[in-house]
Order: sequence, then structure tokens, then C-alpha cells
Amino acid sequence: MPITVQIPTALRRHTDGVSSISCTASNLTEMFTALDEKFPGLKPHLHDDAGHIRRFLNVYVNEEDIRFLGGQMYAFQEGDEVLLVPSIAGGTCDSE
Amino acid sequence: MSHYELRCRECGRTWGNEPRNICDDCFSPLEIAYDYDALKGSISRESIAQRSPNMWRYSELLPLPPGYEPRLPVGFTPLLQAPRLAEKLSGSTAAAANFYIKNDAVCLPTLSFKDRVVAVALANAKAFGFDTVSCSSTGNLANAVAAQAAREGLKAWIFIPSDLEPAKILGTNVFGAKVVRVAGNYDQVNRLCSQIAEEHNWGFVNVNLRPYYSEGSKTVGFEIAEQLGWRLPDNVVCPMAGGSLIIKIKKAFDELVKLGLVEAKEVKFFGAQATGCSPISTAVKTGSSEIEPQKPSTIARSLAIGNPADGHYAIKVIKGSGGWSEDVSDAEVINSIKLLAETEGVFTETAGGVTVGTAGKLYRQDRINPEETTVLCITGNGLKTTDVLEGVYETERAIAPKLAEFESYLQQKLKGADIPGVAAEVAGVGA
Repeated sequence: MPITVQIPTALRRHTDGVSSISCTASNLTEMFTALDEKFPGLKPHLHDDAGHIRRFLNVYVNEEDIRFLGGQMYAFQEGDEVLLVPSIAGGTCDSE
Repeated sequence: MSHYELRCRECGRTWGNEPRNICDDCFSPLEIAYDYDALKGSISRESIAQRSPNMWRYSELLPLPPGYEPRLPVGFTPLLQAPRLAEKLSGSTAAAANFYIKNDAVCLPTLSFKDRVVAVALANAKAFGFDTVSCSSTGNLANAVAAQAAREGLKAWIFIPSDLEPAKILGTNVFGAKVVRVAGNYDQVNRLCSQIAEEHNWGFVNVNLRPYYSEGSKTVGFEIAEQLGWRLPDNVVCPMAGGSLIIKIKKAFDELVKLGLVEAKEVKFFGAQATGCSPISTAVKTGSSEIEPQKPSTIARSLAIGNPADGHYAIKVIKGSGGWSEDVSDAEVINSIKLLAETEGVFTETAGGVTVGTAGKLYRQDRINPEETTVLCITGNGLKTTDVLEGVYETERAIAPKLAEFESYLQQKLKGADIPGVAAEVAGVGA
């Protein structure tokens, strides 16, 4: 399926400044593969080696959190717009 | 040189001080790290005691720009002993002497703990040169940003879910802020704000200023320790929305220990949520370390964050401390708001009802020992969520201003005994 992926500013240095990428993917795994091929530097920021989305990355499809749509199982529809949004956490350095 | 700077929570890279919340290297959240060695010996209990009773008395442990002059006496809210509530919640008289409420329902200037975080965020917004500040909010933050922006002469754009309590919307409008109602829940508003923050050069207190902002929450912890006579409690019960407050109270306690201001102690942290939006308590109860997002459905709208950004860290703090997390129904929230008001004279908002209700559950589950010192964090004021009490109290018929009329009214009430407190008191007087 042809889809569009919007890249947040924090990741654009890995995409040569490109903010929107068109690719073909039928699910999240295929989308990651397509992005990895185009921009290898993005990979470690998007998912781990097992293909799981990174903890601090939220993926939205047409403004809905992909986890509500079935996550990795969600089948992209033609024209889906995918948003990658960093999770806004504060964290604690010293509580370990 | 500043004694603090941004540091990546995951990879440890430092970023100096700038409006930024994400590490470009590993895309993880940033946190303020302090040079504690430089701080050792520079503050003491005595030096703090000489300062004004507000949150700025802990300024060395806050990320405040050099020369910052606070213009509002935020914080230092009362730590109230709450023996009657303790007895009701624990079913034991043992808890009465050891049970406290940290009452941020009376925090200045807008009656919630969010005044603390905003105070630190706006100090930095000005230093970074922003003329406009903004936030996504479930209400209390909206009020706090709007009020303090007005005080600091900054413009404010506030983004809220469209179904917010009318009092919280009005309490934002009145300060002249631009209020944008978004047809969606908080998580959707928050996602939108992340996108807007990339397009507009605004100081978003809970996006690009978040590492600074969230440090303000530590002052709740500093105050609890100081008000207990410079000691740590055994248990803290804390409401959770995004999950930041509970981890920052822990950070505060850790810092006080590190600087020798209190003795080290194992403090158990307990998180409170509404069942209709309980991603963190669900994770704790099911033994998961990750958040499964939820679609919120609860009257506790100030806690209605289905995808809590700090949830992962909150789970770690709770589990690592030997604490627990529980959640309560909307009916329990209402009953708990009434219980706190009737036993201790404190009128809290729905989030406070969540905290009180959860504390009761924790006592009933024997997770909190009544003999131990326990502090409940009450974070907001009931006057902002009066809509949830609509219909709870009947409007009394008016009586004529005549003594005979009152006596007849009183007899009627005594027969009906529908106001137990009044009936008992009057019966006693009449006997």
C-alpha cells in the first residue's frame, strides 16, 4: 500500500532534512524495512532488532495511535498518513 | 557555569541548557542533572529555614536561570494531620497520629500543584527569550500557565480537550489566554501540541520546556520532608496522570538524602488512578513494565491521560520502592471527595477523590501499615470540579425568616434524620 510517513524534526538529520516520505508497506514491519532502506541512519531510532517500536516513539495512523488499531497487526490502507511523534517523558536520572 | 544541565536519560549525553526535551542521538527523554558535589555544603536546614515560606526556598535544587527573581509565592502548602480521615480509611485508630495530607488544593496562584511546575517552566521560558508560552492541558495546567503568563507579561496559547470542566475553561479565559478547544481527548491534544511545537517558536511548558517544568514537582517532596521535621515518610500516595509527580517526589527525597538534609529511608510509593483511565495501575497490577494505552472514560478528567509519557518510569519507581498502585471507580471518587471534606474540611477535585479512595483500598489490602507515616498528595481544588457533585445534594426549600418556621423545619429534619450530624447535635442540645 502506498503510504506517507511524516518525520519529526528530531529525526530529520537522519533523513537529509526530508520531512515526509512516501513508501509502500502493508504493515508496520514493512514500513520499517522501507524506511531502513531509504535512510539507514533512522533505524536505531525507530525499532529494536526484534522489530519492536522504540519505547519513546509513538506511531499514529491518520491521527490514531497505532496501538489502538492492532499495532504490528494493523494492515495499512491506501493513502494512510503515518505520524512518528516522540513521546514526551521527563524521566529520572537519579532514581535507580 | 550553571550547576545543572540537560542530560539524556538513556544514553547520558549532556546538552547544556536550551529548550529541548529529546536527545537527538538516541531519541530519548532529557532530564535535568545537577552537580551535587558543588551543592554539598551550600545549603543546610538552617539556611532553608531562614527563607520565605514558598517553593523558592529550595532554589539550589531547581533549574533556575542565574539572577532569576521569583515574583510569586508559589508552594509551601500545608501538610495537615488528618486523624479523622485516617481512621475512616484504615479502620484503625493507629493511623491517626501518622497520617498527613499535603494540601496543594490551596497552592498559589491557581489552586493546584501545577503552579509549581509552571513557575519553573516560565522562569526558563523568559531566560530562553520566548514571548509566547503554551501547553496541552487537562485543566489545572491551563489555569497555571494562563495566570503566571499574565503575571510575567507573556502571551499564552492553551490547548485543551473540548469536554473540560467549565470552571477550568473559565479559569483559563479570565487571564486573557488564547484557549483552543480540541475535539479529542488529552492524548490527541498532546500529540497535536508536539506537532505545533515543531512549527512555532513557542515555549511549550510540557514539550520543549518539559525537563525544566517537571523539576518543579520536586518541591512537593522537599516540603513534605521539611514539614515532617526533616524526615522522610514511610509511604506516599500520589495521583498519577502522566506519571511525572510520583517520580519527581522520589527524586526530591533522593536529593535530600544525597545532600545530607535527611536520613536515608526506604519510602514506599503508591500510585492512584481512576479505573476509567488506569494504564499505570493496570501495568503495576499485571506485573508489566510497559504501558498499554487506554481510551479514558472517567470523571477524573485531570488524570485522564491514556498514554502516560512517564508511565514507564512511574512503574519502575513504584515497583522498585515496594509500593503498589490501585484505581477506583467514579462513584468511589465522589464518595472520597465527600469523605475528605466531611472529615478534614478539605475540598478537593476529582483527582483528590481518586487519591483518597485509593488510599482506602491500600489500607484494606494491608499494603499500608497504619503504624507508619503516610502522606497523601492532594493536588487540586474541589471548586474547579463542582460539576461532578451536581445532583448529589438536594436544594433545600427556603424557610421564612421566622423562629417558629425554623423550629418546625428542625422537627421535620429530626424526624427524617436526613442530616445525621445536625440531627445528633440538635438532639443533644434538646435533651
